[in-house]
Amino acid sequence: MLRISGMMFDAGTISQTGGRGEPDHYVAGKATNSGVGRQLATNGQEADWAACMLRVRDHGDRAAFAALFNHFAPRIKGFLMKSGTPAAMAEDCAQDVMATVWQKAHLFDPAKAGVATWVFTIARNRRIDALRKSRRPEPEDLDWGPGEEAPDQADVYAAEEEARELGRALQALPAAQKALIERAYWGDRSHGELAAETGLPLGTIKSRIRLALERLRREMGRD
Amino acid sequence: MTTIRHHLSDELLGAYAAGDLPEAFGLVVAVHLSMCDECRARSMTLETLGGAVLDTGEAVPMGEGALGAAMARLDALMQEPKAAPKRRTGVPAPLAEYIGGDLDAVRWKSVGKGVKQAILPTDRLASARLLRIPGGVAVPDHGHKGLELTLVLQGAFSDGTGRFGLCICLAATEAPLRFKGLMPRLAQPFFRI
Repeated sequence: MLRISGMMFDAGTISQTGGRGEPDHYVAGKATNSGVGRQLATNGQEADWAACMLRVRDHGDRAAFAALFNHFAPRIKGFLMKSGTPAAMAEDCAQDVMATVWQKAHLFDPAKAGVATWVFTIARNRRIDALRKSRRPEPEDLDWGPGEEAPDQADVYAAEEEARELGRALQALPAAQKALIERAYWGDRSHGELAAETGLPLGTIKSRIRLALERLRREMGRD
Repeated sequence: MTTIRHHLSDELLGAYAAGDLPEAFGLVVAVHLSMCDECRARSMTLETLGGAVLDTGEAVPMGEGALGAAMARLDALMQEPKAAPKRRTGVPAPLAEYIGGDLDAVRWKSVGKGVKQAILPTDRLASARLLRIPGGVAVPDHGHKGLELTLVLQGAFSDGTGRFGLCICLAATEAPLRFKGLMPRLAQPFFRI
């Protein structure tokens, strides 16, 4: 299902982005009783966020929520700050996004989206609400209709796996190309503004984004 | 529903995934995605890429006591129960939400020559309207020069050479004075009317 064609959207300046920040700290002591302790003890990249999310959804598991908070809240904050949100507001929004993760856990479906994807959509919508006082209409829900089987257990984590694969491919891009794609998601900056900032013609910026996405597609081996 | 004749551009889907579209254009995209599996799959991929950007991006440490505050807050937050499936209407869910039901619920206003329209409530960066164009009526010129994205919901629409039937479509139009920059370059209308 993963398909990246020559998509184009607005982007910000071309620049090196920051590192991954401090390693995650988990409340391992609290987590050991919940049965997710082993997963929480691994590093952030390999931790099983979908399993944590399902424990939050199905059991209201607080240790699993704490693990998700420790990983995602600083990333939401960083993402929102890159989008132009002041630090204090980004911190508040990250708290709100994580509160929404708890409240709306029933909407999480690992067959449809990985945890990072799901958290991203909540953070994005929070940003639209906070900065533009607006909203983003959502497409109709895809239900497993009558006559359709829910996906096999083996397929349940396919979305999470694909998301990780895409994350690795993004990391493997040259810094300038990765930055272009990132900035497209930080949002609300036009190609025109980017052209003004960098002095590059619009056509050059667009073709560079296209090249970045083509490379990403090659990295994914889905040509 | 009518046959999908045009797919959304990656540029438009990218802006939708990033949350950069004015609400009116977001509505047209959401309605189209409800009807077009191909564009929905592309849209989901672009959201997955957004998740990867967030997940691999810079982590800015939260303030002291942030986790404690979050955990304390959970006590006051009820986890919502699993929602009952929404009642289906004859129109895609995102549109039904804006008109408060199916097409029978639309409060049309005449704009002349038998053409009727209903403006939908969105933010003011752009406007969204339903248009009801009877068969045999020439395509109205509603005098708009900005970007327009139009989706045919019902009936057939032809740009002048023959077949006309009753056509109901959803159109988003730019508010030229309020929105500059991105949108003019996203122009890929389904139909210009």
